[in-house]
Amino acid sequence: MTDIGFVRSDMVSARPAPHRTTGAVAWARKNLFSTPLDTGLTILGLLFLAWIVPPLFGFFIGNAVGPNGTVEQCRMENAGACWAYIAAEMEFFIYGFYDIPEHWRPNIVFALGALLFVPLLIPKAPFKRTNAVLFIVVYPIVSYFLLAGGVFGLKVIPTEKWGGLLVTLIISVIGITLSFPLGVILALGRQSQLPIIKTVCVGFIELIRAVPLITILFMASIMLPLFMPQGMTVDKFLRAIVGVTLFTSAYMAEVVRGGLQAIPRGQYEAASALGLGYWKRMWFIILPQALKHVIPGIVNNFISLFKDTSLVYIVGMKDLLEAVKTKNDTALEWQSGNTATTGYIFAAMVFWVFCFGMSRYSIYMERRLNTGYKR
Amino acid sequence: MQKQLVALTATAILGLTAVSAQAAILDDVKAKGYVQCGVTGGVPGFSAPDSNNVWTGIEVDFCRAMAAAVFNDAEAVRYTSLTSQERFTALSAGEVDVLSRTTTWTMSRDTQLGISFVGTMFYDGQGFMVRKADGIESALDLSGAAICIESGTTTELNAADYFAANSMEFNTVVFVDQDEVVKAYEDGRCDVYTTDSSALAAERSKFANPDDHIILPEIISKEPLGPVVRAGDTQWFNLARWTYFALLEAEELGVTSANVDEMLGSDNPAIKRLLGVEGDFGTPLGVTKDWAYQIIKSVGNYAESYDRNVGPATPIGLERGLNALWKDGGIQYAPPIR
Amino acid sequence: MTTRELGHDAAPRVSFFNDPKIRGYIYQFVVAAILVGFIAWIIGNTAANLAAQNKTTGFDFLWKTAGFDISFSLLPWTRASYYWEAFLVGILNTMLVAFIGIIFATILGFTIGIARLSSNFIVSSLATVYVEVIRNIPLLLQLFFWYFAVLKAMPAVRDSIMLPFDSFINQRGIMVPRPIPDEQFGFTWIGIALAIAAVIALRIWAKRRLEATGQRFPVFLTGLAILIIVPTVVFAVSGASVSFEIPVLERFNFKGGLQIPPEFAALLFGLTIYTAAFIAETVRGGIQAVNHGQTEAAQSLGLKENDRLRLVIIPQAMRVIIPPLTSQYLNLTKNSSLGAAIGYQELFNVFGGTSLNQTGRAIECIAMVMLVYLTFSLLTSMFMNWYNARVALVER
Repeated sequence: MTDIGFVRSDMVSARPAPHRTTGAVAWARKNLFSTPLDTGLTILGLLFLAWIVPPLFGFFIGNAVGPNGTVEQCRMENAGACWAYIAAEMEFFIYGFYDIPEHWRPNIVFALGALLFVPLLIPKAPFKRTNAVLFIVVYPIVSYFLLAGGVFGLKVIPTEKWGGLLVTLIISVIGITLSFPLGVILALGRQSQLPIIKTVCVGFIELIRAVPLITILFMASIMLPLFMPQGMTVDKFLRAIVGVTLFTSAYMAEVVRGGLQAIPRGQYEAASALGLGYWKRMWFIILPQALKHVIPGIVNNFISLFKDTSLVYIVGMKDLLEAVKTKNDTALEWQSGNTATTGYIFAAMVFWVFCFGMSRYSIYMERRLNTGYKR
Repeated sequence: MQKQLVALTATAILGLTAVSAQAAILDDVKAKGYVQCGVTGGVPGFSAPDSNNVWTGIEVDFCRAMAAAVFNDAEAVRYTSLTSQERFTALSAGEVDVLSRTTTWTMSRDTQLGISFVGTMFYDGQGFMVRKADGIESALDLSGAAICIESGTTTELNAADYFAANSMEFNTVVFVDQDEVVKAYEDGRCDVYTTDSSALAAERSKFANPDDHIILPEIISKEPLGPVVRAGDTQWFNLARWTYFALLEAEELGVTSANVDEMLGSDNPAIKRLLGVEGDFGTPLGVTKDWAYQIIKSVGNYAESYDRNVGPATPIGLERGLNALWKDGGIQYAPPIR
Repeated sequence: MTTRELGHDAAPRVSFFNDPKIRGYIYQFVVAAILVGFIAWIIGNTAANLAAQNKTTGFDFLWKTAGFDISFSLLPWTRASYYWEAFLVGILNTMLVAFIGIIFATILGFTIGIARLSSNFIVSSLATVYVEVIRNIPLLLQLFFWYFAVLKAMPAVRDSIMLPFDSFINQRGIMVPRPIPDEQFGFTWIGIALAIAAVIALRIWAKRRLEATGQRFPVFLTGLAILIIVPTVVFAVSGASVSFEIPVLERFNFKGGLQIPPEFAALLFGLTIYTAAFIAETVRGGIQAVNHGQTEAAQSLGLKENDRLRLVIIPQAMRVIIPPLTSQYLNLTKNSSLGAAIGYQELFNVFGGTSLNQTGRAIECIAMVMLVYLTFSLLTSMFMNWYNARVALVER
C-alpha cells in the first residue's frame, strides 16, 4: 500500500568529512598548533629555520662558485662554497696518487662492482647464488690483479699509490664481507658449550671492544712489524683491512649474539630432535632466524665500519678524507677562505650518501622480511 | 675451479706481504728490484710529491742516488711516506730500506733504537717562524706565545729546554701530523711555528703570502739531519754512507751530471778513482765499479741536488752556510776515496 | 628402573670421532694449540726482533724526565716532570673531556630523542634531520670541521669577541673570569654539603612516609629550596666573598682567568654533537618500547600525567635505554682518542704519541694506553651487570 515511512528504502550518500578534519588547515591544527606549547614550539622552529636556512642556502648554492668557476671567484669577499676546487681535484679525491693514465683500471673495478652488487640488492633479481659467489670470491681477486697490476702486462702500481674514494670503498667492501662471517663465528663461539672456545671468543670480543680503533690501527702500523718474523713485511693496505675487520667483527659478534639469544630454546631442541648436527642446526634453523632479528644492528655495524675507514690515515693511507685533507693543505693554487671547508663538506656528503643509503636499504629489507618490531 | 680460486686468492694475499731473506739488505734490494725509501709526508725541498705526484727533494735524491748505485737506474725507488712516530719502527722492521726523512741524529736514537745514522746530509738548527705583523724581533720575546709543534720530535724537547733555560712562559699546541701543525699556525691558532729552520723556510714557501712571515735569527739547537739505515748490516750501511760521500766528493772534484762523461777521460787520479776508471771501489760495496759514475750521471753531485731543491734559486731559498764544502767555509767533508 | 636400563641399553654406538664429547675436546684442543702456538710465535718474533735491533725495553722510562711540554693539564706540569706523570695527565685529560661530554651529550640526546617523538611536525622533522645527518658522517671528519673551519672563522686575539661578564672568544679559545673564593668560603662548602645531605634525608623520609601513610610530600620543590637557601644563608652569614680573576689582554694572548683552549672546545663539541645523535635514537627506541597499554593502565589507575610518566613510563623506558646508553658513554670515551688528530692532549696523544716517540718504547706505551681503556670498559660492564641485576624483570 503505502510506505511505512520509518525505514529508509535507499541509503543516504556519505557526506564529506567535517571541514575541520581534512585539508592543510586541519593538518596544521593537528600537527603544528594543537596546544599553546605546540604553537610556541612551531614558532620557535620556524624562527630557527629562518635563521639557519638562508645562510646555508647562500653558502651551498646562492653564493657558491660552480664547478666551472675560478679560484678568483672563490677568493671574493662573500663567496660561498668553492665547488670549482672539488671539480678540479676530483681525480685525486677518487684515485689518490694512482697513475693517471691507468685510471681506467679502477674505473673497471668500480663498474664491475656496481654491476655485480646492484643485482644482489634487488630481491627479485635472478641467479642470486652465482651472483654472490662472483661478487664475494671472484670479484675481489679480479679487482686485486686489475688494480695492482703485474699480470697480463699491466703496469705494477704499488698500494702506496692507491688513494681517495677507491681506498675507502675497497677497505669497506672487504671489511664488510670479512667481518660479517667472522662476527657470526665469534658469536657462535661465545654461545658455545666448550669452555676453551667460549673463553677465547669472549676474551677476543671484550678486548677488541674495550679499546678505540685507533689504538688497534696504531698497533697494526707500529707494532705489527715487531710481531712478524724478521724480514717479513705486511702491506699497509692489508694491515688497515685486518685492523678494521677485526674491530668490526667483535661488534658484529655482539649484535649476532643478541639475535641468537632471542631464539627460543625450543628451536634449538627441535633442531636437535630432528637429528641435525651442530653446523646444520645453526646453518638451517638458528642463524636464518637470528640474523633476521638483528638486520638493523648488522647494517649499523656496516655503517660504522664505513665511517671508521676514515681512521686508516693512521697507518699512512690516503683514504677519501685524507685525500681531501692533503689537497686542502697542499693545493696552493686553490687557496681561499672556503676551500678547506668545501673540501670537508664534500667528503662529508660522500660519506653521508653511502651511510644513509645503507641505513635506508636496511629499513627496506627489514620491512620486506617483516621482522621489524611492530609497535 | 675451486683450487684455482684458492690459489689466486693466496697469490693476492701474498702479493701484499713480503718475506725477505734474513740475509743482507743489499741482496734483498737487488732481488726485489727497487729501493724502498721512507720519506716525509711532504716537506718541499726535502721530500714532497710535485704536481705530477713525482717525489722530489734533497732526501729523495739520496734514495735515487742509492738506486743508481745499485741498479744503474735512479728511478728504481719506491717511496713510503711515514709520520715521525712510525718512522723508526718502519725502518727497523724492514718496511723501508733507508729512511731519508729530516731525521735528527741524536745519541739515544743512534744507540737505543737499533738504527744507524749514515752521516749528516744537512746541517740544520731549530728556529722560530712568526707573523711579521706581530713585530717580534727575537726568540727571547716569545714568553707566553702559543707555539705550534709536531709531537714526538727533537724540536719538542729543544723548545722546552730553551724556554726553561731562559725562564720564559711556555705554551704549546702539539699535533701528530706536520700538516696540521702548519695549518694551525696559518689559521692563527699559534703565534709561533717552530721546527728545523730549513723546514721553516720550506713551509713558508707554501704559504699564500710568504712575506707575511719571518724566521727569527735565533737557532736554538744543532739538528744534524741525515739518512738512517738498520743497524747491523755493515754492507748496506757502507753503501749508504759512501753514496753520500760520493755526492760530496763529486762536488769537491768538480764532477757534475753535465760533465761526468767528459770527466771519464780526466787525468786527475782522484776523479779516476771516483768514476771507477782506475781501481775498483764498487765491488767491495757490493755494486759495480762505476757506481759513483751512475750516481752523478743521474742525480748529480751534492751541490746540484742542493741548488735544485733547496738552494737560493728555489722558493725555499737556503744559502749553503754550514752545508758548504769544508774548503768553502762549510763543514761538509768527505773522506778520500782510495 | 626399566626405562633407565632401556635407555642405557639403547645408547647409540658412535665411533670414537663422532662422539660429540670427544669432538668437543678435540676442537678445543686444536683451538688452544693454535692460540698458544700463535702467541708463542708472536712473543718469539718480538723477542728476536728486539734483540736483533738492540732495542732497550722495560718500564724504567716511567721514572725518567719527560722533557716536553703539556700545556693543558689538570696536574701541575713542568718539563722536569716524569713520564708516569705524563701518563696521569693523559688519563685525566681523557676523563675530563669524556665526563663533560657525557653530561652534555645526555642532555642534548634526551632532548633530541624526545623531540623526534613530538607530535609537532616541525620539531620532529628538525630532530630527524639532525640525527640522520650527524650519525652518517665520520666523527673524525666532524672534528676536523669543527676545529679547522671554526678556528678559521674565529677572530684573532686583538679582535676578540667580547661577551658579557668579561669573557672573550678568539682563536686561542674561550676566556672567562676565574672565581677565586676567599678563606671564609670554606663555610659555604660545608653549607652545600649539609644541604645535599638534608635533601637525601628528606627523600628517604618522604618515601617511608609515602609507603606508610600514602601521603605525599613535594620532595623536589622542598629539596630545591633547601639547596638554594642553605648555602646562600651560610654565604651571607659567614661574610665570605668571591673575587674574580679577569682575563687581561697581554702581548700575545689573554692572561689569567679560566681559559678553554679551542682543541678542548672542538673535541667536546664534536663528541657531544655526535654522541647525542646516537643517544637520541636510543631514547626514542626506549620510549617507543613501552607498551601503550601501560599508559592506559596508568590512566585507569587514576594517576596524573606527571606521575604516569614518572612512575610508570620512564622507569620502564629506562630499563631499555640504560644498557645502550652506557655503551654510548663508553664509545664517547673511546672516541675521545681522536682528539689526538686535532691536538688535544688526551691519553693517546700524550702517551701513545709523544711519550712513545721520545722513548721508543712502543709496546710498553701502547699496552699501558690499552690497559686504561680496558679498565674503563670493565668498570662500565661491571656497572651494567649490577644495573641489569637490579632492574631485571622478576617474572613468575
